[in-house]
Amino acid sequence: MIARLIEGVPRRALILLGVLLLGLIMAPLVASDYLLTVLILILYFAYTGQAWNIMMGFAGQLSLGHALYVGLGAYTAATLYVHFGIGPWIGLLVAVPVAALAGAFVGFLAFRFRVAGVYFAILTIAVAEFARVGFDHLNWTSGSSGLFLPVAQYTHNDLWNLRGHPAMFYYILLAATVLAFIGCRALLKSRIGYFWLAIREDEEAARSAGIDTFHYKMAAVVISAAMTSFAGVIYAFFYNNLFPEQVFHIVRSIEIILGPIVGGIGTLFGPILGAFVLTGLAETLTAALAAAGVDLPGTKQVFYGICLLLVIMALPDGIWPWLCKRIGLAEREK
Amino acid sequence: MPADIYLNVAIGGVLTGLVYGLMALGLSVIFGVVRVVNFAHGEMMTIAMYIAVTLFGAFHLDPLLMLVPIAAVLFAFGYVLQAGLINAFITRPEHTQFLLLVALAIIIVNVQLILFGPDAQNVQTSYSYDSFQIGALIVDATKAYAGAAAIVVAAALFTFFKYTRVGTAIRACADNYTGALVVGLDVRHLYALTFGLGAACVGAAGVMLVLIVDVTPSLGPAYTLLAFVIVITGGLGSMPGALLGGVLIGLTEAMAGLLFTPSAKSMFAFAILVLVLLFRPQGIMGKRAA
Amino acid sequence: MSALLTVDAVSKRFRGLVAVDRLSFEVPAGGIYAVIGPNGAGKTTLFNMIAGVFAPDSGAISFAGERIEGLPPDRVCRCGIGRTFQIVRPFPALSVEDNVIVGALLHRQHVVDARAHAHAVLRRLDLYGKRAQRASSLTLPDRKRLEVARALATDPKLLLLDEVMAGLRPTETDRIVAILKELNRDTGLTILLIEHVMRAVMALAARILVLHHGAAIAQGTPEAVVRDPAVIHSYLGVEDVS
Repeated sequence: MIARLIEGVPRRALILLGVLLLGLIMAPLVASDYLLTVLILILYFAYTGQAWNIMMGFAGQLSLGHALYVGLGAYTAATLYVHFGIGPWIGLLVAVPVAALAGAFVGFLAFRFRVAGVYFAILTIAVAEFARVGFDHLNWTSGSSGLFLPVAQYTHNDLWNLRGHPAMFYYILLAATVLAFIGCRALLKSRIGYFWLAIREDEEAARSAGIDTFHYKMAAVVISAAMTSFAGVIYAFFYNNLFPEQVFHIVRSIEIILGPIVGGIGTLFGPILGAFVLTGLAETLTAALAAAGVDLPGTKQVFYGICLLLVIMALPDGIWPWLCKRIGLAEREK
Repeated sequence: MPADIYLNVAIGGVLTGLVYGLMALGLSVIFGVVRVVNFAHGEMMTIAMYIAVTLFGAFHLDPLLMLVPIAAVLFAFGYVLQAGLINAFITRPEHTQFLLLVALAIIIVNVQLILFGPDAQNVQTSYSYDSFQIGALIVDATKAYAGAAAIVVAAALFTFFKYTRVGTAIRACADNYTGALVVGLDVRHLYALTFGLGAACVGAAGVMLVLIVDVTPSLGPAYTLLAFVIVITGGLGSMPGALLGGVLIGLTEAMAGLLFTPSAKSMFAFAILVLVLLFRPQGIMGKRAA
Repeated sequence: MSALLTVDAVSKRFRGLVAVDRLSFEVPAGGIYAVIGPNGAGKTTLFNMIAGVFAPDSGAISFAGERIEGLPPDRVCRCGIGRTFQIVRPFPALSVEDNVIVGALLHRQHVVDARAHAHAVLRRLDLYGKRAQRASSLTLPDRKRLEVARALATDPKLLLLDEVMAGLRPTETDRIVAILKELNRDTGLTILLIEHVMRAVMALAARILVLHHGAAIAQGTPEAVVRDPAVIHSYLGVEDVS
């Protein structure tokens, strides 16, 4: 099975991937606390970016409301923990279906009623906004005043309850990112992957070739939503507080899509590269400004906006395809 | 509650809705002709609002007096934006254009955050707390002036498109891009002109809105979404539809704010959007099926 | 030979225009059947109804004994009807091979099997050498053959070809004609084609249906149809040998 997954990949790419992975595994041993937090953020976006990429890059459906699934995952797991003392890994078993259902709802609304392209994007924004305002008024989850997880001073890592040193979260997210990468690769090379690409390229032509496009588009949305909700669970237990205003905000949705777009929509490594480049540069910028005594909220976002603008103008396929050609790693990436 | 409170709130909603309608009109014009989904629409409006606030703060100039100059500034901004940046993207896939404007929106919002800070700012004119009394009805002066101004600007726009040569040329571009090229219209210039007009519309709407509402950087995205709800509800490509949609949403918002909690009123707007997208995607007055 | 496809009194209007007017005909299994006629005669509308793009206003369409009118395009394909488009629609960013694999995957669960079948189809269509190229980089004749290959990979019993010869030079036309004849002979594939290129029609078709204003004005062997005065008057014209 591994042989099938790596068929067609140049040796150099595999070696580089291996080196990168090794570096990432060793990183917490040498990184400062601040750097570790940055790396956690990078992996968070690398993971969610890959989940989003399944919907957009593979199946061609532009979602600008992915914060919905993060929020649902976060709130479900957090609420179960705060109100019933249920650990996050069990909470995950509830959070994932909740998010998947939300995805199915959005997908059904859109695909049954032929809402496509930019209209679909607007629909996803509307649903996420609806959730944001809705959760603001939901007393059971403490509404707009925020849901707080009990934080005790940890002396050891409690993997079961996700209480512990940031390094624990780091390795969980690293494992998730790696598994997502392998999973996406497997999906792309499988029957469903081919059908997704066909739908992305030309939905009508795909139907004439016998593909049930409704079914496969729904699958993309549901899988993407389910994957994203895991990140939500981690988010909740890492930050220990949830505010609808922040978690469901459209800014969160846009942050998720920046990595894949800058890195390369539809490619496997694009979202990961994008997360490293964007978040890495943004944090460097913030740190540099802080060192110069400048502390302006919003500078990081302006930076993101400019990056997005530059990529769209100059490298619309993203950095990764361009980089691939430069360093001779071009595989038959679709 | 006594009936006249409902009526007062409703009228306030309609007047505010006219301003919303003008804002949406700008979006409708841009989309109807240039076919670009302007995700930075609300952000362009907040640019106008901040200009009005700054001018008022520095020179005590009434926003309504500054309507034309500010609209002109936004016109120039829109023209340059289309001519310099967006025109190159006409042939690119739809989602690329969309994301271009998303990037622009992000930049605008956060530059405003850096320049003006997150706190709400407003304009307190001499008539900010005045109201007119017509029988049992009480109408806020600011809303009355804003609503009236919106009607005037909208009428001017309709006249432009219907009766002037340039307006007709623009309508031709919208109808048939290739045809327009074939008869020798400078489509790129007309597109830029249209974007400028749409921007001027939204700039004018912003000037009116700053009398009614406080401005913060986060208002931009909120109004972008609202503009989309209105345009889609009223009907893409329909100018009367945009105004009608605006009034409808303004009214719904006001009544929802009265009957339920004010902070939940945007939920109604979004619920309407979802319903329209599902059951009547061409909107109330739209011609083309979405 | 039994009828594979039966079109029974099928009609379609678009607002005021009658595109297809109570049309009936049968296509026998293993036959090659051509539909010709002037532009606007209703040929593509007919195809679109058979392929499931829209349903007829009245009448019935049966395929292999089952009623298929009104079924969506993907269902129709799964029943065994493959189609090409008048304006070719390959999957541009995918390779030639991947384009055909998509078709082959319809009735196969594993990519390995689909790839093997795709290779066989590509060899038949003379595209095997170009299998790694991006579809968007192909010339028009190659794209047309790619579209046929993709449709063929879905293992159809009936292939609908919509003006597949349009825009091709005579040598390329002959090439596709030869491939289609071979397919029909070797595998018994039934072919229904819309064509304007009479060269191809005469070489391929066992029977021809002539449409005009949505109705059949002639049906029969190529020799008979070509001599039919109504057909000459409305479509073919007379050669001026003065």
